[in-house]
Amino acid sequence: MLKQLKQDLTMAEIARLPGGARVDLLVVAEMVERGARVLDVGCGDGELLRLLAETRNVDGRGIELSREGVNEGVAKGLAVIQGDADTDLADYPDDAFDYVILSQTLQATRQPRLVLEHMLRIGRHAIVSFPNFGHWKIRLQVGIAGHMPQTDNLPYSWWDTPNIHFCTIRDFRHLCDVAGARIEKAVALNAWGRALRFNAPWWFWNLIGEQAVFLLSRQGGSAD
Amino acid sequence: MVETSAALEPVDRAREADAPHSLVVRFGADKPLKLDAGVDLSPFQIAYQTYGTLNTARSNAVLVCHALTGDQHVANIHPVTQKPGWWETMVGPGRPIDTERYFVICANVIGGCMGTTGPASTNPKTGKPWGLDLPVITVRDMVRAQAMLLDHLGIGTLFAVAGGSLGGMQVLQWAVSYPHRVFAALPIAAATRHSAQNIAFHEVGRQAVMADPDWQQGRYFAEGTNPRRGLAVARMGAHITYLSDAALHRKFGRRFQDRDNPTFSFDADFQVESYLRHQGITFVERFDANSYLYLTRAMDYFDIAADFDGVLANAFKDTPTRFCVISFTSDWLFPTSDSRAIVHALNAGRARVSFAEITTDKGHDAFLLDEPELFAIVRGFLEGAAKARGLESAHR
Repeated sequence: MLKQLKQDLTMAEIARLPGGARVDLLVVAEMVERGARVLDVGCGDGELLRLLAETRNVDGRGIELSREGVNEGVAKGLAVIQGDADTDLADYPDDAFDYVILSQTLQATRQPRLVLEHMLRIGRHAIVSFPNFGHWKIRLQVGIAGHMPQTDNLPYSWWDTPNIHFCTIRDFRHLCDVAGARIEKAVALNAWGRALRFNAPWWFWNLIGEQAVFLLSRQGGSAD
Repeated sequence: MVETSAALEPVDRAREADAPHSLVVRFGADKPLKLDAGVDLSPFQIAYQTYGTLNTARSNAVLVCHALTGDQHVANIHPVTQKPGWWETMVGPGRPIDTERYFVICANVIGGCMGTTGPASTNPKTGKPWGLDLPVITVRDMVRAQAMLLDHLGIGTLFAVAGGSLGGMQVLQWAVSYPHRVFAALPIAAATRHSAQNIAFHEVGRQAVMADPDWQQGRYFAEGTNPRRGLAVARMGAHITYLSDAALHRKFGRRFQDRDNPTFSFDADFQVESYLRHQGITFVERFDANSYLYLTRAMDYFDIAADFDGVLANAFKDTPTRFCVISFTSDWLFPTSDSRAIVHALNAGRARVSFAEITTDKGHDAFLLDEPELFAIVRGFLEGAAKARGLESAHR
């Protein structure tokens, strides 16, 4: 079974890079209106910003913690700053952006709730993508094998992981309630990063979605 | 004791101040420079250098702003020292600020001593050097004068303004004073205000100059003296602040200079002493002591937020300029926290901003040195800005 899992993961890695862009980034990009003002929090080397600029013609900005990622992004001509999602979102004025994106970064923030609240404050929409800790493979690794999970999306050992706030899809929906976010759209992705496009109840997504992407807006806000 | 050397005689430096080896534009009584000190400076002149060609749309001009002891000789052999230009690694054909693509302008600042009106220039009313009769200059005055130069050259909007340290302060002032004339701004190793510690260092430098009996209350030209020792000591002290502990240790350690043992005297036993003495001596050959007083003062007075009721973000509110802010990890004179403050204000003002901190042990001076990451970032930022501005690439 372990062998099969490893094979799956290798396959997933190959499937992740058709034409250079990660499939999960394409799902995020699809949610963004053309020409929008976008802030990508935890933008890495700027791959999503570049994709958004090329395919959606957005006015994009990025924040990234790692100096290498920032310098690479700036050298590509992207508007990226070195900063921390936990501390630096407070500087931005209300409604500064159409979309604030947190791609695969939520689980590495110290205060996910505060980060999400700031995102909803400074953007008309928030888009959050995260690895689903409720996925069956993870449940098997913890529940049956009895060790902390390691997968393609979560390759770290427990002692050196930057990910300190894992959640499941169910947990994230709870956070949305607490933080005052309205869920406009939610997509679960399979191990290959592709959207699972069929109707199913939440508990099912929570079991088979390896990642999830949520499009949110402020509750009571006039989003559209 | 600092050795004396075959420095330029005062009369030669005065000549460079009035009739420099540069392009010069003279503004007559009809075009005074309105100074923050509340008086008009008139007549006055600006000495400048240009590199590359202005395109027909006049849209490819890049203004380079020099630092405290720099001048307009960015990328040519310096007429006084015969050394390469101070930013030849950054500006030139195929360099990040590519002179095959951009029309680069650099002007000596007001208060300088390389041909723009400063304390060493002749005061037309007396026929003698201005000395301390020159009103105190601010960074805003420097930028106002540069704007007059651009008007004279027929350049409306600059594609970019770039500079480090005092040059970076001018870049920020440009973006605040003339936001619609600056498409892209590159403040490097800069700050929106001079810190108390930096004012303190400057005061020590100025006191060193003024304590030299040869300074003669600033009238050393008339007295035929030159406060070499005072200015050299000022330079030595300042130079330490431009480096870092790590860089000094890497370069010199505790090594002796041309000897194996200490001499048990106050001779320059250590390499680092010898190096600093050399820095002091070579500096006085090319720089005017009063200019040093005026330009350090201009930096001390710099505080952008003060002009906006203490709220820095208001200085950049809805600015159309795109920014690339750069700092260096080992710079303790203009530390990364200063650059971060700029970035925070720009974010609050909804500006388009890039910010990179470069890892180096070379301290504040890193912006002048061979830092491949700095070059890659400047090149990439300008590349992106040129695309947005619709500038054609050099090789088309």
